[in-house]
Amino acid sequence: MKFRGKIIDIACLNHFTRVVTTISKLTKMCVLRLTPDNLFFVLSGKVANGGVSMWCELSQANFFDEYQMEGVSSEDNEICLEVTPENLSRALKTVQNAKAVKVKLTKKHCPCLTIAAELPTLSSVSRVVTHDVPVDVIPRRLWHEFKEPSMPDFDVSIYLPPLKTMKNIVDRMKNLSNFLVIEANLNGEMNLKIETDLVSVTTHFRDLGNPPWGDDASQDGGPSQSRDPESMVEARVDIRRLQQFLVGQQVNPSKAMCNIVHQSVLHLILLHEDMSLQYFIPAVA
Amino acid sequence: MPLSTQSQGDDEQYVLVANLDNARNLSNILKAITFKDHAIFTATTNGLKVTVEDSKCLQANAFIQAEIFQEFTIREDLVAFQINLTVLLDCLNIFGGTTTPGVSTALRMCYKGYGYPLTLFLEEGGVVTVCKINTQEPEEPIDFEFCSTNVTNKVILQSESLKEAFSELDMTSEVLQITMSPSQPYFRLSTFGNAGNAHYDYSKDSDMMELFKCTETQTNRYKMSLLKPSTKALALSCKVSVRTDNRGFLSLQYLVRNDDGQICFVEYYCCPDEEVEEN
Repeated sequence: MKFRGKIIDIACLNHFTRVVTTISKLTKMCVLRLTPDNLFFVLSGKVANGGVSMWCELSQANFFDEYQMEGVSSEDNEICLEVTPENLSRALKTVQNAKAVKVKLTKKHCPCLTIAAELPTLSSVSRVVTHDVPVDVIPRRLWHEFKEPSMPDFDVSIYLPPLKTMKNIVDRMKNLSNFLVIEANLNGEMNLKIETDLVSVTTHFRDLGNPPWGDDASQDGGPSQSRDPESMVEARVDIRRLQQFLVGQQVNPSKAMCNIVHQSVLHLILLHEDMSLQYFIPAVA
Repeated sequence: MPLSTQSQGDDEQYVLVANLDNARNLSNILKAITFKDHAIFTATTNGLKVTVEDSKCLQANAFIQAEIFQEFTIREDLVAFQINLTVLLDCLNIFGGTTTPGVSTALRMCYKGYGYPLTLFLEEGGVVTVCKINTQEPEEPIDFEFCSTNVTNKVILQSESLKEAFSELDMTSEVLQITMSPSQPYFRLSTFGNAGNAHYDYSKDSDMMELFKCTETQTNRYKMSLLKPSTKALALSCKVSVRTDNRGFLSLQYLVRNDDGQICFVEYYCCPDEEVEEN
């Protein structure tokens, strides 16, 4: 297994660091999948993280000037590593003004992702900084747990309101309730609702727009159930999971939307110029 | 839906309807008295009074006159209910505490009467939030029987001067002692904490002293834990009046200007600490 990459462009380095920082706010640990064309940050839905799962996809060419990898074998030409994204983020933050940053898979006392960079100094001699971020190699037999999630058979797909507005509201709602209901219809309307013994709060968003992939996502080409555009579908979620997702967003995405499978799952999708992020929050009773 | 297009028919079912273009004109002043979860709301044609009490020894009142509201309609002589103040503040600030200048949250507050929740319609940037907060039977606010005829000592100070003292108060002191006198030290705040005794003196001739009317020397102690919340009211105010009566009861009245420069009042009443040895 071999991996070495080099980032020269300062904007690319900046973006990459921001992506890794966003991931670090969403989860303590995740899997980094390296393939010849892409990097994926994956979290598979387990009871330990409240059933939440995440899939973040980056095209390596958007970030790396040099990228060479040799996977586990020629048929399985990829590398799967378990990593703590915060360690990566911290390391990357220290090398933001480097001329070039190298990322390599190394074996020190344990497998590591080594971040190495030359930093300019006031004198003519550069300063070399190396960070060894420990990682765990994931064996092939477990790779099936980290496959790309399939698009759920959603009932409604809708664009999200400005994430900052959503975050402000969800932050306050979290003071009042542990659970939140998100409901939406094909008329571009979305409501966020909480209800307890003390209080009920509903926020109404209008004219959000619905993405044009039709009102039926079923892959089997079955008869499309024409849904009444006014009728709402909903998912009741743990408010901390939604808040965690919103806290992590540092940059406004080019597109932000969600798919709701009625009373089953909330699927959030953020599309940025150079990466896509999907976040699945299971609904609770 | 814009708040102004609420149908007229709806209004007839409410005994109280109050509208504000800027919800902060209510939420900011309520922050000055939020030291307990529950508050008693009393509304009359004069406006709104919100009361919070602590262990029958302290009472804080915030007054928001009817003129502060863009609309204030009340269909009974007196409307009163008890409500969870922390929940109310979370609702008033649902769009986030700090907003960009020029952007404000509009509020419409409606109450149908005994047994009904308080309904809030809040709007910012075209997004509407509806809150229904349960109300309870209001307790009768304590009457501290504080009247101007029994006031022995009164001073009015610019809040600036007291803010510094209050922020530095030794919190390890169980009491705050207030001495008011027609002679030296005129107006003194004292604490007795682990670090020792501290005194803050304000002369009657000080620039900060707008009014000084002390008829007799009085020293009273008040539990620090009871008075600490008044610091929030002090922070918002530009002037404060300090009065004590012949029983040693304390009245603090704060003049607060809201975002639009309008004046509201907050007052605190406090009983003297019983375990005082008369000097």
